[in-house]
Amino acid sequence: MDDTELILPRPEGLYCPAGDFFIDPMLPAAHAVVTHAHGDHARPGSGRYHVATSGIGLLHERLPEATIDAHDYGQPFYLGKTKVSLHPSGHILGAAQVRIEYQGRVAVVSGDYKRDPDPTCAAFEPVPCDIFVTESTFGLPIYRWPPMDEIMADLLAWLDECGTRGQPAVLFCYALGKAQRILAELALRSERTVHVHGAMPRLIDLYREAGVRMSPTVAVNESARGRDFAGELIMAPPSAAGSPWMRRFARASTAFASGWMQVRGARRRRGFDRGFVVSDHADWPGLLLSVAESRASRIYVTHGNGEALVRYLGEQGNDARPLAPLGTS
Amino acid sequence: MRRFAALYEALDRTASTTAKREAMAAYFRDAPAQDAAWAVYALSGGKLKRTASSTEMRLAVAETSGYADWLIDDCYQHVGDLAETVALMLPPGDDTQADVSLRTWMEERLPDLAGLDTTLRQRALRDWWTALPREQIFLLNKLLTGALRVGVSRRLVVQALAEWASLPTDLIAHRLSGDWKPHEATFLALAEPAGSDEHSGDRPYPFFLASPLEQDVTTLGELPDWLAEWKWDGIRAQLMRRAGAAQLWSRGEDRLDGRFPEIEQASLGLPDGCVLDGEILAWAVDSDRPMPFTGLQRRIGKLKPGPKLLADVPVRFMAYDVLEYEGRDLREQPLVERRQLLAGLLAGHGHALMLSPAIDAAGWDALETIRAEARERQTEGLMLKRLASPYRVGRKRGDWWKWKVDPYTLDAVLIYAQPGHGRRSGLYTDYTFGVWDGEQLVPVAKAYSGLDDSEIATLDRWIRAHTIERFGPVRSVEPVHVFELAFEAIQPSGRHKAGVAVRFPRILRWRTDLAIGDADKLDELRRLASVQA
Repeated sequence: MDDTELILPRPEGLYCPAGDFFIDPMLPAAHAVVTHAHGDHARPGSGRYHVATSGIGLLHERLPEATIDAHDYGQPFYLGKTKVSLHPSGHILGAAQVRIEYQGRVAVVSGDYKRDPDPTCAAFEPVPCDIFVTESTFGLPIYRWPPMDEIMADLLAWLDECGTRGQPAVLFCYALGKAQRILAELALRSERTVHVHGAMPRLIDLYREAGVRMSPTVAVNESARGRDFAGELIMAPPSAAGSPWMRRFARASTAFASGWMQVRGARRRRGFDRGFVVSDHADWPGLLLSVAESRASRIYVTHGNGEALVRYLGEQGNDARPLAPLGTS
Repeated sequence: MRRFAALYEALDRTASTTAKREAMAAYFRDAPAQDAAWAVYALSGGKLKRTASSTEMRLAVAETSGYADWLIDDCYQHVGDLAETVALMLPPGDDTQADVSLRTWMEERLPDLAGLDTTLRQRALRDWWTALPREQIFLLNKLLTGALRVGVSRRLVVQALAEWASLPTDLIAHRLSGDWKPHEATFLALAEPAGSDEHSGDRPYPFFLASPLEQDVTTLGELPDWLAEWKWDGIRAQLMRRAGAAQLWSRGEDRLDGRFPEIEQASLGLPDGCVLDGEILAWAVDSDRPMPFTGLQRRIGKLKPGPKLLADVPVRFMAYDVLEYEGRDLREQPLVERRQLLAGLLAGHGHALMLSPAIDAAGWDALETIRAEARERQTEGLMLKRLASPYRVGRKRGDWWKWKVDPYTLDAVLIYAQPGHGRRSGLYTDYTFGVWDGEQLVPVAKAYSGLDDSEIATLDRWIRAHTIERFGPVRSVEPVHVFELAFEAIQPSGRHKAGVAVRFPRILRWRTDLAIGDADKLDELRRLASVQA
């Protein structure tokens, strides 16, 4: 059997011909299986969306008009001639890997995933398969995530320093996933209330409704005008950096929570005072572990630092190939 | 090295110069003097010689990690800093050497590498890496490969020392100048009260640097208050005549002894206890103007020039100031008096020691007309110095201005790109530009600066999507984009494929209004180069 009956990159997105559906289509499709609710994966206009049950709230928030079928992790459903099931990818709340079975052959599309523990979502589940499609956002051996305990100790020390100097501490992080993960880790270690940018409260509420325990939060725009934020932790999406919204935090110390902060140059270029290495993607050991655990005989590598990962896997005796970039196949 | 690693981290974590200065001052206060001395050395740009090469470091990391060379290279291209790449690729060590002092590393361990063969040197690196936490692996690698690059200038180190010692910055700058040796005693001496022997031995004075004149020249006031000179295009240097000997120091505070024997010879005619500021220039015997800078370049690299080179490219010292006379520091005296003294000192000396002539003009307009001759006289423009001014330290605006002629420009096509370093790591920021030689684009200049961050980001994305071929880190790209480049001079060159070499090329603007057919032709540049030479 040809792999292209199972998965075929097309300009609209990753297509499954045997099941006649797309995974995270960029353009409207009849059937869209959505791995998670980040904007570059969950796009509007498709006829019917399939998503993990724990992710339905977030997808509905992003695409209020959408017709959504929710599927519990591990519960098979049928699309065209294929048997499909969703399995936790550990990326954010409700994120899923997509398992597709057709004529006894199994492909798993990982979507975005990580192997590090995360109190806000189900842990990545290794799913044996013949074809494994892996992401490679951080596909170089320089990316190895430090333990969360270490990061949080650093973050708390930064908050203490800001408190001593009377500076607001503004932590930039993605509003969906990263923010909630940090709030959940913080709740395990601190009683503090966190001030959040207007892009965040609704998403935080959805996590709370899903039973995720997080630090108490208050929206910045609910604070009195002229409030002094000295020593307080403020969380905001990266897009708020350098915007007029920042004016209320005079003399703030700024930080960015992202896997890219592993590299000094990346942090200096963005001009943040501090970088905390927190990622919702797999690091290099996580990528290699997942490839090994998939036991797949063929590996396709999507976006990111794919070239290095493909070559490395090949040298280790795997059949690894780049999944042709969308729009160029 | 724990304390120094903590300082490095503190410096790296803030962009505020005040915070950096305070962090350094606190370190100087708390650290053992013998370590603090080496911190001063490393932070102000000092490097150890003959430790381990970057090749040895790559081999050692390949051995330790088991990763293939290409993967190490890929990581290096992504990170843009070998020291950091190695620290990120290796597992952190076990801390057993984390308390070895900075002094021990700098005075014993790293210098001792020089005596080992390459295998043992690599083994030493690998042993150290397994015994240090990640931040110290990184710092050790930084000390091995050269500059720390932590956003600290020499000037900021001087300010921090001044804060720690409660002394004026100028005094600290002077005490650190020249061949300052990092030791407990020399470090503690930096903080001693000002004495009478500040200017002695082999310590040059900190250079006074001119600022570019950006405003209209008439805003400077009346021309008679100013001294106008040519802006010479050579090597800025101090000529020190002390204790019966002569020394030459470059602006980078390197000793140039032995490289320019004709100047040292001539200076022996000067009285003892005398320091001149000026410019080393290549100058043919019977000429009325210096040779192009490319001539001087042949001399710079030569530690002991042979008779042929000495005959082909003779040099002169063009003196424009006197900083010390009869052992006295004259820097507080007004320029008009120092200049008078200088003229007297140089009278009767041969060509090797010349007085930089004052340029007389009836007014600013007339001066501007004279300035237009700068290029044909092999100079970069004019210097304007306030006659009443003292000789200051560093780049202080107001009394010394460089009034350069406008640069040459050319329109060229982007043909190659490679990733930058430091804060530009991982971005394609080092560009090669070509001009037309018939139907072909021939590389004529490399430029790194001149675009803003958003232009760099746009161009980076474009380069990745429009690569034709890769040669290691270098990508050839589709010839599409035209840039206007500025440069200071152009010379015929046998070493460049185009047959010409441009000096100080930089990007003026991205010419989105031009197509590649509008770019300049090599013939034009060759013609310009032959006129210049």
